[in-house]
Amino acid sequence: MGKAAKFIAIGAVAIVFALFIGWWQVDGPGAGPVSGERPLPLTAMDFNLTDQDGADVSPASLIGQPSLVFFGFTYCPDVCPTTLSDISGWLDDLGTEAEDLNTILITVDPDRDTVETLAEYVSYFHPQIQGWTGSEDQIADAAEGFRATYEKVEGADGGYTMNHTAGVFLFDATGRFVSIIDYHEPREFAVPKIRRAMQDRAEGAES
Amino acid sequence: MFKVFAKGFLGLAVALVMNLPTMSAAQDASNDTLISVENPWARASIGMSRPGGAYLTIRNDGKDTVSLVGLRAEISGMASVHETRTNSDGVSSMTPAEDIAIPAGGTVALEPGGYHAMLMQLQSPLVEGETFPLTLLFSDGTELEVNVPILGVGARGPEG
Repeated sequence: MGKAAKFIAIGAVAIVFALFIGWWQVDGPGAGPVSGERPLPLTAMDFNLTDQDGADVSPASLIGQPSLVFFGFTYCPDVCPTTLSDISGWLDDLGTEAEDLNTILITVDPDRDTVETLAEYVSYFHPQIQGWTGSEDQIADAAEGFRATYEKVEGADGGYTMNHTAGVFLFDATGRFVSIIDYHEPREFAVPKIRRAMQDRAEGAES
Repeated sequence: MFKVFAKGFLGLAVALVMNLPTMSAAQDASNDTLISVENPWARASIGMSRPGGAYLTIRNDGKDTVSLVGLRAEISGMASVHETRTNSDGVSSMTPAEDIAIPAGGTVALEPGGYHAMLMQLQSPLVEGETFPLTLLFSDGTELEVNVPILGVGARGPEG
């Protein structure tokens, strides 16, 4: 009897420990965004870009509402349409709540992704999704703030592709970084994460 | 010894019968490999300047490993298999894939975020609702032509 109780106690401790490790790595202080560096708060970022309608935008444009921000380029046939489709699905799940969510694609390929190109591209996805572009320097400034990386890779056919950070950055309405939704994260995990960031907004408004 | 042979033949015969409905017309019958393709789909393209992407699952019901070594499609001036990888820093990259081995009795999926058929130099746009022929080239000489249905720009899988 005493032996059994001991076993159960050890098992319980092991389970609690495993859960704690999991929480630490996934949601807790140990959750590591890209390269172990978290994006800055939006309020500490400094960049200027142009949106799909030709308007000037900056990190300040995002304050006041929670935001989803991700990097990509429209000439990629796989990751980008998949990410945009996934995000469109999350926004569909959120329904009218999605209207309170800034959803921004920042291109890492400004040579090909002009304002007009991005405007057409994002029009095929959820209407809430915006496309921001700028000069190469402006894109570099933006990526720096998000601690995102990208790199041009020449292909054999004379064309090129872009390697880039594929996660979706989530900020609350005050501009505080909340979490990253990994590329390909299932919807049942992504949507609650977004809801949590939107809740932070309500709490932020009260305080 | 004879029993083992007989079992092998029986297995092959069963595999043959089971695969008849899914075998494509273009199947090369000169060998005993049995390759079939399931759930092909592509996303509609926005114009012709961007590469298109197509996905499918390859099943090998033969006795030997077979590799997918190339693609051919009239709609694309340059079709090849590419692979998307995401490293531990969360950075995605896309590179031409090596030959893809499909083990005997196994399947390999070309699906979003992994392997995909990259259709460069589109000769005409991929229009939602239409289909186009795509030929898969295998290491044993098999050439398998499949008709790929074109879904919406924002499709997430073979169901749309």
